[in-house]
Amino acid sequence: MTTTRRDFLKVTAVVGGGLTLGVSLPGAIVEAQAAGTLHTPNAWVHIADDNTITLISARSEMGQGVYTSMPMLIAEELSVDIRKVKVEIAPVGEVYTNTLLGGQLTGGSTSVREGWEKLRIAGAQVRTMLISAAAEKWQVSADKLHVSDGKVIGPGGRKATYGELADAASKLPVPKDVVLKDPKDFKIIGKATKRLDTPTKVNGKAVYGIDVKLPGMVYASLEQCPVIGGKVTSFDASKAKAMPGVIDVVQIRDGVAVVADSYWHAKKAREALAITWDEGPVAKIDNASMMEGIRNAKDAPTPIKKTGDADAAMKTAAKTMQAEYWSPLLAHATMEPQNFTADYKDGKCLVVGPAQFQQGTQGNVAAALGLKPEDVTVKTTFLGGGFGRRLEYDFAVQAAEISKAVGKPVKLLWSREDDTTHDFYRPMAFHRMAAGLDASGKPVALTFQLTSQSVTQRAFGLPKGTLDPFMAEASVVGYDIPNMTQELIEHDSGLRVGYWRSVSHALNAFANESFIDEMAAAAGKDPYQYRLALLDKQPRYANVLKTAATKAGWGKPLPAGRSRGIALMEGYDTYMAQVAEISVKDNEITVHKIWVVADLGQMVNPDTVQAQLESSIAFGLSSTLGAEITLDKGRVQQTNFHDYPVIRMSQMPRIDVTLVKSTEKPGGIGEPATALVGPVVANALFAATGKRVRKIPLSPDNIKSA
Amino acid sequence: MTTSFNLNGKQVTVKAEPDTPLLWVIRDEIGLTGTKFGCGMALCGACTVQLDGAPIRSCQTPVSAAAGKKVATVESLSKDNSHPLQKAWIAHDVPQCGYCQSGQLMSAAALLRTNKNPSDADIENAMSGNICRCGTYNRIRAAIKSAAAEMRKA
Repeated sequence: MTTTRRDFLKVTAVVGGGLTLGVSLPGAIVEAQAAGTLHTPNAWVHIADDNTITLISARSEMGQGVYTSMPMLIAEELSVDIRKVKVEIAPVGEVYTNTLLGGQLTGGSTSVREGWEKLRIAGAQVRTMLISAAAEKWQVSADKLHVSDGKVIGPGGRKATYGELADAASKLPVPKDVVLKDPKDFKIIGKATKRLDTPTKVNGKAVYGIDVKLPGMVYASLEQCPVIGGKVTSFDASKAKAMPGVIDVVQIRDGVAVVADSYWHAKKAREALAITWDEGPVAKIDNASMMEGIRNAKDAPTPIKKTGDADAAMKTAAKTMQAEYWSPLLAHATMEPQNFTADYKDGKCLVVGPAQFQQGTQGNVAAALGLKPEDVTVKTTFLGGGFGRRLEYDFAVQAAEISKAVGKPVKLLWSREDDTTHDFYRPMAFHRMAAGLDASGKPVALTFQLTSQSVTQRAFGLPKGTLDPFMAEASVVGYDIPNMTQELIEHDSGLRVGYWRSVSHALNAFANESFIDEMAAAAGKDPYQYRLALLDKQPRYANVLKTAATKAGWGKPLPAGRSRGIALMEGYDTYMAQVAEISVKDNEITVHKIWVVADLGQMVNPDTVQAQLESSIAFGLSSTLGAEITLDKGRVQQTNFHDYPVIRMSQMPRIDVTLVKSTEKPGGIGEPATALVGPVVANALFAATGKRVRKIPLSPDNIKSA
Repeated sequence: MTTSFNLNGKQVTVKAEPDTPLLWVIRDEIGLTGTKFGCGMALCGACTVQLDGAPIRSCQTPVSAAAGKKVATVESLSKDNSHPLQKAWIAHDVPQCGYCQSGQLMSAAALLRTNKNPSDADIENAMSGNICRCGTYNRIRAAIKSAAAEMRKA
């Protein structure tokens, strides 16, 4: 039997859960469609007449579990079964702004911290409105009613489903003051809950940006200048246009796009383009010149914090020490290469894809096309990884420009090579550290100076000389040292930079936690005991450190060839310690196990917390062990996973997670563990070899030359 | 020129040029998008499908190599998540972003076809071609063992 393409699409449309119909996103969790009118008591809850309840997540699902944890917060107060609700990703809207970051964006490990009260209030508002509607209907006092599992229950066992009450409830004013549950009564929050997106992610149904299909859609592959920021001078598309399936070749701001009837046709024809470029200023940059420029930066330092008088204390210290640390450029390497689908028609544009920053996407697509923001509709799919890369919108703007140029819906897809060579890289960082110790080895002074590039200046126009708070992350340690100075030098190296999972926590924790280890060694003290002795006034720091040491058997004998390191940090309001057990052979590190103890206050979904710790450690380990980006004549030298290696299963350490029970306000958990992997492994490497490697990655080359 | 092969139990005929990677035929021409594009160089395993039961990287396999053979994608495991691997993936909540998981599942399914009781080393060996940027490796290992145990009982 021969199946034609059309027939096959009919079949797969059923299998694919409406995928080919376009933008029913991101994958139906509950197959049944809501029946009857949809009622929207507030921006977070839709209730259909048939009692189908849809909760809105204003945060993008990129693996961190917000597709489950955000609805859990609403469902707790609304009293609905989290397994029975539908979840939708929010459209662009003021109400969906992330108030911790000032825009509708997902990042900074803020989702739970920002949604913790807001979403519970949203759930409680709707609950209150449903109860009011029932009270009105039954002519009883609202305080005689309560809710349970999607129903309002009244005296004598009288019941009404939310669906039955939704019409009346949604006509009531949204109450300003609502009563939230006492945390001890939580039924959903704090309980390990199966992720709502998992079922669609094990059968191919989940829709990522790359899977979006619009009627009449064509495919684009974009050739960008090999030097980031370079512009097209001229191009010859005659060969490309003659290739199979090619529909058009168009120039946009960032390069030349081949548009074809399939991605493969577009990609093949793109290879036949002949383009001359004006490479622009980045062509003059290479790694050596960047490092030189950073080391000798003359930009004025911006103070972060000053405690006591470090300069004076340094002069009278029994012993002083200095060290310099380097962290390299890094790419994000999301598994799903950058892509977006756009449909420009009659002065309006629909853009669909993996976005971490919906407002930025909307505003910048509008600006590029000369439209008003409200004429651009943004729909968010599942993200095949984000890690900060998808806070940018370059690919969405490109897709929209191409769609406008060809007058058709277009899916733009980058190759892995495009992705690796046209990232917004984690900036290179250089730290100058100094300490003064007293005769007993106890620190009396510590100075910290970071030189790096401000992502916030580039991305949000932060004025130069204004402290970039994202650069100062984890720069101030919790240790009780009487005299400390922390400052940073914002130095623009000329290459575009971006936020990368854990942002500056990773840079600053590498310097701080390596250096305190060096201080312990200089004092002849055990690195755990040395740290602990400086934490008398910091119970949350001390507790995670002690717990990690106990769990890992710190001080107990190790198998032959193994050694341990320890590191400690606060980031995103989360207190965390890690212990790593490693071995080293021929300057190659194997990380066998990492113990991680996190005190992140109250948790929404402890299993997601655990998964994020595992994930963050894996992410940190790739950049600790080998991945780094280098530049030559402005060209990124790495192109794919062979020269930008991320860890594989055989390199994944066993991870022992301990979560501290706490009633503190929630901390972020998507990122902090990434930041500690560099220093904890560097400290274990020192214990193993006596070599202090002050340059990430801890690659055989860097270990050899240390 | 057309190429015919069996995809997930159904005979299909496609028009793509014979050197077109099987990945793009499955995704763009046939329209089954569970199989993902990650690297285009057989380095990451996101595009893993089975060709006559063996795991292959469809981004580096020309469609001509599939002619007359059986190709299985993640959609073939089951539509209702009843395959032991799908059940184990759900029980362990393996996926995070989930993008690599179709490929992980197809590599795991190929392993369990020939080895119902894989050791850690067997699993690491079979899964070494599949990258997960979210680092779900420990859960993948555990889920493969759970699925294997269930398949041994069956």
